[in-house]
Formats: sequence, C-alpha cells, structure tokens
Amino acid sequence: MPKLHSVRELEEVRTECLKQSKTSKPCLTVCAGSGCQAAGALDVLKGLRVALERAGMQDAVDVKSTGCHGFCEKGPLMIVWPEGTFYNRVTQRDAKDIVASATNGRKPVERLLYKDPTTGERVVREDEVPFYARQQRVLFGNNGRIDPKNIEDYFRVGGYQTLATVLLLKTPEDVIQEIKRSGLRGRGGAGFPTGVKWEVCRANPAQPKYIICNADEGDPGAFMDRSLLEGNPHSVLEGMIIGAFAMGANEGYIYVRAEYPLAVEHLRVAIRQAEEYGLLGQDILGSGTNFKIKLVQGAGAFVCGEETALIASIEGRVGEPHPRPPYPAQKGLRGKPTVINNVKTWASVPQIINRGADWYAAIGTARSKGTMVFSLVGKINNTGLVEVPMGITLREMIYEIGGGIPKGKKLKAVQIGGPSGGCLPASLIDLPIDYEALTQAGSMMGSGGMVVMDEDTCMVDLARYFMEFLEEESCGKCFPCREGTQRLREILARICAGKGKEEDLPVLEEMSWMIKETSLCGLGQTAPNPVLTTLRYFRDEYETHIRERRCPAKVCRELIAYEIEPTLCDGCHACVQVCTTDAILGEKKKVHTIDSGKCIKCGACLEVCQPKAVLVT
Amino acid sequence: MSEGTSVEEVLQSTSDDSEDLIPILQEIQEKFRYLPEPALREVSRKLNVPLIEVFHVATFYNCFSLEPVGDHVVQVCLGTACHVRGAPRVLDRLLRELNLPGPGTTKDCQFTVRSVRCVGCCGLAPVVRVDASTHPAMTQAKVKGMLKKYRKNGRPESEADRG
Repeated sequence: MPKLHSVRELEEVRTECLKQSKTSKPCLTVCAGSGCQAAGALDVLKGLRVALERAGMQDAVDVKSTGCHGFCEKGPLMIVWPEGTFYNRVTQRDAKDIVASATNGRKPVERLLYKDPTTGERVVREDEVPFYARQQRVLFGNNGRIDPKNIEDYFRVGGYQTLATVLLLKTPEDVIQEIKRSGLRGRGGAGFPTGVKWEVCRANPAQPKYIICNADEGDPGAFMDRSLLEGNPHSVLEGMIIGAFAMGANEGYIYVRAEYPLAVEHLRVAIRQAEEYGLLGQDILGSGTNFKIKLVQGAGAFVCGEETALIASIEGRVGEPHPRPPYPAQKGLRGKPTVINNVKTWASVPQIINRGADWYAAIGTARSKGTMVFSLVGKINNTGLVEVPMGITLREMIYEIGGGIPKGKKLKAVQIGGPSGGCLPASLIDLPIDYEALTQAGSMMGSGGMVVMDEDTCMVDLARYFMEFLEEESCGKCFPCREGTQRLREILARICAGKGKEEDLPVLEEMSWMIKETSLCGLGQTAPNPVLTTLRYFRDEYETHIRERRCPAKVCRELIAYEIEPTLCDGCHACVQVCTTDAILGEKKKVHTIDSGKCIKCGACLEVCQPKAVLVT
Repeated sequence: MSEGTSVEEVLQSTSDDSEDLIPILQEIQEKFRYLPEPALREVSRKLNVPLIEVFHVATFYNCFSLEPVGDHVVQVCLGTACHVRGAPRVLDRLLRELNLPGPGTTKDCQFTVRSVRCVGCCGLAPVVRVDASTHPAMTQAKVKGMLKKYRKNGRPESEADRG
C-alpha cells in the first residue's frame, strides 16, 4: 500500500475504496469475535468457503470475518449482504444452504432466521430483532460490517475521514472545545470530563507528552473494550491520533490485557497498516504532526486499570498506584504530562468531531451524554453487548433488550460496575442509568458490566465472591485495602458457613466505610460497595443466614442438603453415574436416596435429573 | 524447559532497557512456560535491575509462574457471569477428577488448573479454556469428556465436537 503524504491523497484512496464497495458482490460476513469463535465461527467460515468452491461461486461471493455483533447468546452470527439477512446459531452444516440461498433465489434460509420468542415469528434483518431495536450503536455499529484486519474496509465506512478534516481544517483548540462541548465523560468508570483532562494536558508546557489507551479491561463480566478492539481497532487508533494532535503528544501507548489474544493480534495488524499508510509516524499526511503508538501487554493485575498503577506497569514496575494529585495530566508517564482514556472514550472522539458536539450532547441525560456500552450477562435471556443512550432504565435494558429472565424466574438484583460496583435490587427497576443516578443508589457506572441475578443467587455469597476477588487483586500497598478486604471476606465467609453472629453486620458496615475513606486508590475506595449495597438492599438475607442458619437462595453449601423426592424419582440412574462420592443409593428403576454423610453437595445430581426429583432443602 | 533454547538465546534479542522488564519476562514465560530462577538472575544482570525487584514483578503479576506448568493449562473462568451460572461447581468437579486439592499442576504434569477472572466470553458462561480453545456452557457432566480429549492416552481433540 502506498504511503500517503497529504490529506488529498487519503481522500483519493478513500474514494477509490468507496467506489469498489458500490460495485461489490454479495458478501457473507461471519462474526468472529471471541464469543462466536468459541461457539464455532471459524468452522462456519471454513464451511462457507468450501461450499462456495463446490458451487463454483468462490469468485462471485465474498466471505468475510468481522468483529463482535454483540448478540453472543445466539452465536455464531452472520449477515448476508447486500440484503442484510441476519442468521443466528449457524453451524458448519448450514453452509451449503446459506450459499445456495445467497447465490440462487436469495430466499433466506428460514430455520436460521431469528425467532422472536414472544410472537414466534421469524425476522429477517438484524435491526428487526428486539435485542437490537432499542439500541443506538454509535461505537459498535460498524463491527458487523468491516473486516477488522483490513484498513480499506474501515475506509469504506468513512474511516479516517474525521482525521483528515481535523488535520485540514481544525486547530488543536477547536478539537478540545468540541470535545468539551459534547459533554463526553471518561468511559472507564470514573466519568471525568474528557475535554477538561485534554485541556490540562495541552496547557502543560512540559515535553514530551504521552497519551495512553486503557484497554486493561479487568472487570469480570465486562468485555466491551475487547469486542471493540477486536472488531474495529482503527476507530480507536483514529481517536488517539486526533487526541495526539489536540494535545501535542508524539507518543501513545495501548495497554491491553494479555488475556485478550485476538484483540492484541488485531491491534498489531491495525497499527502496522496505519503506519504503512502514513497515518501513524512522522509528518502524518503532511500536517507536521508526528505520532507513534506502542502496544503494551498487561501481565494480569486488576489494579493496573487504575491509571497511576497502569503507568507504573508501563514503566516496568509492579502496578502499585500512587496518590493523586499530581494527576497524570500534570505528571504521568516518566514524570511527563499524560492523558489516559478508556478504549470507548477514544473511539467516541472521531464520531463527536465528525457529527458535531451538539449531536452527541443531544443523546443521553442532563449530565451523562452519549451512548454507553453495557455487557448484559448472568441470568438473562439475551446475553451480549448492548449500546444504548445514557438514561435508559433498567427495565428497558432487562426486559425489552435482554428479553427477561430465563426459566420464568424472578429478577432479584442487578450488579453494575464490576466487582467494586453495587448490587441494585429489583425494586429499582425504573432507575435511569447514568453516572449520577448509579452513584446515588450506591453503585457506579464502572466499565459497564451488568450482571443480572435471579432468585437463585445468594446475595451474601455474592458479596463474599467479590470480596475474595478484591482481596486477591488488592496490590497490598496501602493497609486499609489490603487488610480490610481480607477481614471483610473472612466475616462474609463465616456468615455463608452458618457461623455468623449478630454483631457481624455493624462490623461489616463500619469497616466498609473505613476502607472507603482511607484507601489510596479507586480500587480500595470502591471495594466495599458490594458489601454496603447488599447490606442496604438485602439485609434480611444476611439476617436469615445468621439467625436461622438458612440460605434462602439455597446456595451456601454448609446450609443446604440434597434429597430425592421419592414420588418424582423414576430410578433412571443418571444421578448415580455422575456422583463422584457414591452418595446415591438405589437400584435402577427403583427410587433412589442420598446418603447425606457421603454427599459433598456438589449438585451434579441436580444438574442431570430429568424428572426434577433432586431437591435442595 | 523446552529443548534447544537457552535463557541467553532468548535474552540476546531483547532490549536492555529496564522499562522492558515485563515484556522480557513475558517472552521468557512464553518460551519456557514458566520463569526459571537462572533466567531471573540473568535478566537482573542484563537490565541492571536488582534481583529483588525482578522477583517482585515476577510474583506480582498473575501471568507469571515460578513453577513449571503442565502440558495443558486448564483455565476455569470465575468471572461474575460464570460465577452466577455455576462455575465454582465446575471447578470443584475438575479438581476432583484430576485429584488436585486446589488449583495447581497434576502429579503426571499433564494438566495445570488455574482459575481466572473473566476471559470475556460471558455470553457463553460458564466457560473453561483449555490451552487456546474455549469450552462454552460447561456443566459438571461435561468435565470428564473434556479432559479425555486432552489426556495423553485419550483420543486427540476433534474440531467438530468442541464443547
């Protein structure tokens, strides 16, 4: 590919790419994000290629692997262009029919179309699926259209057009003002106004300046940054280049989790392609701007999502945070002004500059602007990634987009904001989701992980789970977080084991506030949130564990027992085969019983029992 | 250690900037599948970073191991979505099948079991990752069959019946 020396040359390449796409042939795009790959997307791709070859159509139809579409529950997903026919749960065996349909009569393969669970009707296009209908996909919209390893594909959807406009027509101050006016706030969790941060960095006379993309997405239950990096890496690079121009930075870093091999690979390819085109490097498009990006892989430490810890990690040290101020924009990487933004923040930048601050500010609520990406997971029918305007209610998220709770169970709680977020009860279902409303309810936006829980989730066990996580991930530098999370976990584990005491609850509360107020960094300051919110909204569950030695959700192992209901048992023997401790007695075709002395309460029998005769008491 | 590569050889191509300590350790970990002590000493000398600091970094980050790992690394995701969909039971079952008291390496060095926090496949929870392949929607009943595919005396893994 040719190195571009001016904005005009970029325009020529882009126009050429657009022209090609208008005359292009039918294209079968298969989602090859991590989720769909695990469900077999690569086999589907292989199958499609083989089927096309057999039909002699390999030159008439394109096959493309794209990034994540978000509807992971129904993967592998694919779309047939130009019609936009949306297929779900595709397997290799379906390849022949898909190819036949795409090359002949073009009648969609009925059985692969999404079936609306309420109406039972099949829908043809992606935007007709209820999961997508309520979404506004500003950042994720192009994921299903482009091959992330192909920069020309990004050109075809208007990519790098904003960069050209910025370099040609705008001053750094214009860009910063535009970002400020848009109301964009950091998408990594804390929600600090992005434009303000940029302004501070720009005004700082120290040189050199650095910008960093924080892709150390450590929150369990959140995978939107991964999907964006995998599916549309150039959108993040374009945002960073614009940011570098606005702030006068010459060097950028992308700090990405090593647990995301596909994102690392796609980023490597994207950076190399951008360099080859001259969109990264010296004198970008003849503008005099110099900017390069280095990819740094995280080494597995949750605390490195905290910006000062992340900087320490890039400098080759252990990821221990230091107190702020000084903020990184004043004194960051190697002591120089540094701006760190989340993946989604960077990817929002080209959209805002391109479509204008007013357009962006019109989306969302008074103080939280734009769209937010959530990963909707847990006990929910439509698991996946969801991009919605700020201010949408939990009800809309869970019932309209998420399709409700599986197996007709009742919603109990929603955990938002990662391990240090909070658990909100079903009674807050009409809460509009924005930064302020969530903080007020005791939770936080965090990175946008949204874990839905039904009546089978024990809230005390969940608080214990989060505390175990935070205890492990506490870096150990400051005392309140290191010792505090450990003590909280010990008390919670004791309550789960049926050994809780009345005085445990006030101790939990007091210690939580102490940790919040005295910890050094964001990790410790938010670590007690799961304990505080579960105590605030589900105190009765704690009390039942302590006073009645009972786990209402029947989760805590020490407080439950397994039994077989004789009237339901058909003696099929399935439970006997999975029991590893020989705790189930009984001959085939006769009623079985469980020897509670041998039973280790693993629940394997419950999993396999067809007539639902295994009961938890 | 893998045959034919020595610590010196790995270090020949790496930088001697102390900022690159983590990527260098990552490279050693990838080549040897753990961080052998002589390698840590060599890195300390080359980068002019005190050994205690190299050790600090090597033990701080989860991706480094000071012990050799088994032929197959089994990672059980204990992220929130996997947790509420039953991952702890799958982990327990796996440990029982492999006769391990807790996460670690089996006596025959065939498997190393680790728990990880979120591999980002929450839509398919609970998830177990063996080496590079992901096994979605795991249940206790599937554990035995999954292990069989990787055991030395078991049949080789087949693409068609993953998960």
